[in-house]
Amino acid sequence: MATVALIGNPNVGKTELFNKLTGLKQHVGNWPGVTVEKKEGRYVYKGEKIDVIDLPGTYSLTAYSMDELIARNFIIEGKPDVVVDIIDATNLERNLYLTFLLLELGANVVIALNMWDVARGRDIKIDVKKLEKLLDVPVVPTVATTGEGIDKLKEEISKAIEKRRSRATLRYGKEIEDFIEKVEEILKEDEELIKKYPLRWLAIKILERDEEILKKLEGKPYKNKIDEILKNAGEIEEKIVEERYEIISEIIKEVVKEKKEKWTFSDMLDRVFLHRILGIPIFLALLYAMFQFTFSFSAPFSDMIDMFFAWLGEIARENISNPMLASFLADGICAGLGAVLVFVPPIFALFFALALLEDSGYLARAAFLMDKIMYKLGLHGKSSIPMLIGFGCNIPAIMAARTIENEKDRIITIMINPLMSCSARLPVYVLIASIIFGGYAAVAIFSMYLLGIALAIIIALLFRKTLFKGKPSPFILELPRYMLPTLKSTLLHMWERGKWFLIKAGTFIFAVVILIWFLSTFPWGATNGGQLIENSYIASFGHAIEPIFKPLGWNWQAGVALFFGFLAKEAVVGTFGSLLGASEEGVKTALTNAGWFTPLTGFAYMAFVLIYFPCVATIAVMLREMKAKYTLLTITYTITLAFIVAGLIEGIGHLLGFS
Amino acid sequence: MIADCIPLTFLMPGERGEIVEIRGGRGLVRRLYEMGFVPSAKVEILVSNAAGPLLVSINGMRMAIGRGVAMKIIVRRR
Repeated sequence: MATVALIGNPNVGKTELFNKLTGLKQHVGNWPGVTVEKKEGRYVYKGEKIDVIDLPGTYSLTAYSMDELIARNFIIEGKPDVVVDIIDATNLERNLYLTFLLLELGANVVIALNMWDVARGRDIKIDVKKLEKLLDVPVVPTVATTGEGIDKLKEEISKAIEKRRSRATLRYGKEIEDFIEKVEEILKEDEELIKKYPLRWLAIKILERDEEILKKLEGKPYKNKIDEILKNAGEIEEKIVEERYEIISEIIKEVVKEKKEKWTFSDMLDRVFLHRILGIPIFLALLYAMFQFTFSFSAPFSDMIDMFFAWLGEIARENISNPMLASFLADGICAGLGAVLVFVPPIFALFFALALLEDSGYLARAAFLMDKIMYKLGLHGKSSIPMLIGFGCNIPAIMAARTIENEKDRIITIMINPLMSCSARLPVYVLIASIIFGGYAAVAIFSMYLLGIALAIIIALLFRKTLFKGKPSPFILELPRYMLPTLKSTLLHMWERGKWFLIKAGTFIFAVVILIWFLSTFPWGATNGGQLIENSYIASFGHAIEPIFKPLGWNWQAGVALFFGFLAKEAVVGTFGSLLGASEEGVKTALTNAGWFTPLTGFAYMAFVLIYFPCVATIAVMLREMKAKYTLLTITYTITLAFIVAGLIEGIGHLLGFS
Repeated sequence: MIADCIPLTFLMPGERGEIVEIRGGRGLVRRLYEMGFVPSAKVEILVSNAAGPLLVSINGMRMAIGRGVAMKIIVRRR
């Protein structure tokens, strides 16, 4: 079986091409040890099975970024039979740089000249035969969106697999070649090293002062000689890059005949979307539309799921004579699964809207617009996207942080994300605010969102000053041309991201649901089969933790509700319901009559719900997206901060004479 | 003609320039080189608001670059 790796710059239609090659036979995992997504697929061509690995989109193959290092190590160590380099036909100059590096690395390259239709439409004429000759690799024009050229590409891939290696070498000028030769001369002796890496490539990387490769030379007997050469070579790394561009522009001159490039329409849109005054309002309007779509479109589906599981639970209760089993199925499984699955529609709807924004090219513009504000907060322009999605749900928001290349920026963005008040917290605010603030409830609720943003800013600055010292990484981002996304690719994009929630978070939360059912219904006899929650383990637990919440004026029931809120914050409402023996609808009246909260303790409680502990599903995603210690830190700081803020609200409130 | 050389940030929208050099640390210079910001590359400013990043046309691409980075890219006005 043969392995083919796909590589290319961002925005060249690599994902589309991958989908066209492999159909839906794909598997998404992670590269070992990192959170960069690894996509694998397979197709059969003339009876031969061919594995396709999608490498991260990169401009280059340096050791500076995780994505590039992964791609390059895969080509060196994974030894794919063929590397398909996907090139944007409308922008050869930019894309050939990566091709150049791949050839240097000794990869067996087949070029897919993608977006061929766009190039044609723009009257860009490329002499494919000549390009093949100059680079000494097969070149296939393709249109990934329609599938044009895919068969020819498969044919060329299979031919290249048989042929094994390409021998293409691009030569530099004499000065650089001399240095390469000198380094090669020294490295030749090191058999261990050149068994692993192509000799010429090693020499070039050393001259480029590639950190990863220089590290491998530590302690070698010839290290002095190399250092000496590097000293004489001066700023050769810059010359190497310059010469690559020179060679590329020579090639371009020979193969491309282009009328003046036309970005007119895209540039016109940018004049509006990135406008000094209009840009931000348009952005906010689109965002509002996105949330509207997410929540109003998904609400009926969520209701249906909710009703379905309630109905299923009723059936279990009515038809199963063993009360423990009935309770387990109805209150445990059905209620628990229902509680989790109601989040599927909004999450998928949000991902759909996001895919639409991303595939159309707008999301990169949002990062552009927000960069100024974000930079002041010690964050990156790209951090704005996860923060905004966080108001919907922190789970997709944290996943969206993947687009931030710099690790420090990305981790800060993830760690402050739980402070963006997600939609699950809204029911709690609504319940408490409406019983204690009456007509002013809306103001109190809105203040929670502002409080969250303010705390996020403070925490981000704090982390930037302490744990993650330094400035946000410089903002350099390619803005893709605006495109009309296809429904199929948008749906696929949504599914790829959303299904993880369905599988992993579903099973994870499910286990917790069962645990909570157990704790609140056992000891079985004492609770009378879950009827008397005051006698359950969870109540004993509630009494045990009561002293923690007593100073804030909250009773043990309020503490237990917070505990259930770990699962999902809206569970706080449901818990009040079962503790008061009221249905979800009747809980407002019951809680008002119970008089558990004063305006001050209630307001502090709302703030506490906002801040304390991200829900378990969020924690599960955090564990996947960053090191466990940062997840632990997030849990610690959110809980601590919740106590501090709630305490401050009550303390200051008392001083001001509120009760 | 040193007087003609200015940081990229000083070009107005619609103005074109040619990159003369990049002043910065090794990492940044390399990053920019690889994105096509090399000496003699032609650039045009498309969007430049009071603060915030610039939108630059280079190599047939549209690149957004922060002001801090753009200060380090020295161009000659054309």
